[in-house]
Amino acid sequence: MTLSNIVVLVKYVPDATGDRKFEGDNTVDRVGVDGLLSELDEYAVEQALQIKEKRADEEITVTALTVGPAAAEAAVRKALQMGADKAVHVQDDAIAGSDAAATSLVLAKAIEKIGVPELIVGGLASTDGGMSVVPAMLAERLNLPQVTLAAVVETQGDQVRIKRDGDTATEVIGGTLPLVLSVTDQSGEARYPSFKGIMAAKKKPLEALTLADIGVDASEVGLEAAWTKVEDTAARPPRTAGEIVKDEDGSGATALVEFLASKKFI
Amino acid sequence: MSEVLVLVDHVDGAVRKPTYELLAIAKRIGSPSAVFIGGADKAAAVADAVKGYGADKVYVVDDTEIKGYLVAPKAEVLQQLAEKTSPAAILIPASAEGKEIAGRLSIKLSSGLITDAVDVKVEGDDIVTTQSVFAGNFTVDAKVTKGTPIIAVKPNAAAPEQGDGAGEVEEFAATISDAAKTAQIVAAQPRQATGRPELTEAAIVVSGGRGTGGDFDAVEGLADALGAAVGASRAAVDSGWKPHTFQVGQTGKVVSPQLYVANGISGAIQHRAGMQTSKTIVAVNKDEEAPIFELVDFGVVGDLHAVLPAVTEQINTRKG
Ligand SMILES: Cc1cc2nc3c(=O)[nH]c(=O)nc-3n(C[C@H](O)[C@H](O)[C@H](O)COP(=O)(O)OP(=O)(O)OC[C@H]3O[C@@H](n4cnc5c(N)ncnc54)[C@H](O)[C@@H]3O)c2cc1C
Ligand SMILES: Nc1ncnc2c1ncn2[C@@H]1O[C@H](COP(=O)(O)O)[C@@H](O)[C@H]1O
Repeated sequence: MTLSNIVVLVKYVPDATGDRKFEGDNTVDRVGVDGLLSELDEYAVEQALQIKEKRADEEITVTALTVGPAAAEAAVRKALQMGADKAVHVQDDAIAGSDAAATSLVLAKAIEKIGVPELIVGGLASTDGGMSVVPAMLAERLNLPQVTLAAVVETQGDQVRIKRDGDTATEVIGGTLPLVLSVTDQSGEARYPSFKGIMAAKKKPLEALTLADIGVDASEVGLEAAWTKVEDTAARPPRTAGEIVKDEDGSGATALVEFLASKKFI
Repeated sequence: MSEVLVLVDHVDGAVRKPTYELLAIAKRIGSPSAVFIGGADKAAAVADAVKGYGADKVYVVDDTEIKGYLVAPKAEVLQQLAEKTSPAAILIPASAEGKEIAGRLSIKLSSGLITDAVDVKVEGDDIVTTQSVFAGNFTVDAKVTKGTPIIAVKPNAAAPEQGDGAGEVEEFAATISDAAKTAQIVAAQPRQATGRPELTEAAIVVSGGRGTGGDFDAVEGLADALGAAVGASRAAVDSGWKPHTFQVGQTGKVVSPQLYVANGISGAIQHRAGMQTSKTIVAVNKDEEAPIFELVDFGVVGDLHAVLPAVTEQINTRKG
């Protein structure tokens, strides 16, 4: 099988260094805070681009796909600047508040609409929800295998080999295209968009799709349709300032040992 | 009483601790049924082990046909068991593999999934989970509103409870599709035993960062004196001083021990994401402005290469 299309899944998330919070309905506030392309999805874009570059004799199109509010366009724009060829942005007011299951439905239908590629690449986790399940759910919906959490990725012909740190072993995993791949931040530094890349991105196609375009009914997504419900959110009480001592000639060690003993750790 | 399916986490039949924690949670909800997918020759020993922690039933699924394949076959097994038993809930360890099994299962059963639960309670008719989100800055209570609740539970969410379950063994022959037998483990190098507790399960974690300068002796010495697991920051991992499996943080392990000791670690947000729900936090850092000091219950401003060996020595003297 030759590789002709790669879809890379990119999510627009609230900036983790900003003040992330919840709305009154317990959904993540995605409007009141600055957002950006999830840092961890930059690694997915990077791997998609590297695969394309390594297989220069094949004609490969890398399409960045995002599901999110109007501002999420910034996520696919960044992917285009990094070097993706095309972008697709699924946006619909009805999607707001969707859970992972609904997100995977929208992604699956959008991918079916634009044509199921040989390779779908996602990130390790979104930096806001952080469930690490969307790639698995998407693979299930598209009835594809998944090779996930790759620290090293190699492809040859229709074969994909990855290396990853499993729970109890370091594993080499093999799969055959078509499949869903996800990569970690160990897979290789993501490139910065060059000035040329930024200019070129302005001319690249960016397709906007609605739920109607991809054949998903509004009742299947959004907060009301979610299979889980957040009952309550609470900010963790700030840690009260602890005791800080300066070490002088071993006094720090003694004080620390006394602290540990007082807490019954020794 | 309804069954609660618990996927047994094991390495070649050696049951891992999170399984027992899940059984304790299952008891709050209904009658615990352990699901062992593994070698038939290990089934008796596994059944014995989980019975001792309250399993009333043990479903044994011989994995000869599916061994080495990734998550998809296990999701099919659980789907078929769920259809047969109509369980009150399905509990799965929130490991990387567990979450992917849960993700596929959620779609198969059209059932809601909650990942990374740090607590699970029964309130009236509801199963309510607690999660820690946004780098540990918020806690969220949630419940599944559709289908069979599928909950991926983090290590240490409950204390294992010994107690005899009925332990009735039932062999279950699942039908695995060819489509599920695709992605395959080609080679595996089992993690070398360190002789120390597992990072995610340990009651105490002692970590080192760039400030160690690559010399982890002082960190490991203290860890051993405290019976602790050893962790590392990404800077230490990226420098090649420790393998990635030691990394604590957003893209490493998330730990929540009784005591976390950060040494030569500045306390970047991505590191905090992996440790700030620890009960007690201690830091040793030579820079008094290091952000890690905002989190600590006790901090020492000093050189870790001087402070840690002295602490270790005093602890060892006290132990006699
Ligand atoms: C996408 C992404 C994911 C990331 N994921 C993670 C993650 O999972 N985990 C993680 O840890 N980081 C992660 N990071 C990296 C994170 O941002 C920080 O760069 C990293 O945590 C810094 O590690 P450090 O504290 O060891 O090093 P530094 O920030 O360099 O801090 C070293 C500290 O050691 C102190 N020090 C130096 N010498 C001594 C001495 N002799 N005695 C005592 N103190 C000394 C210094 O004062 C300093 O505070 C991630 C970053 C990105 C972009
Ligand atoms: N709304 C979305 N749009 C595009 N990709 C997504 C979206 N949500 C999740 N993903 C992809 O799925 C991965 C895992 O997400 P999660 O399961 O939310 O942690 C991310 O790193 C993305 O690659």
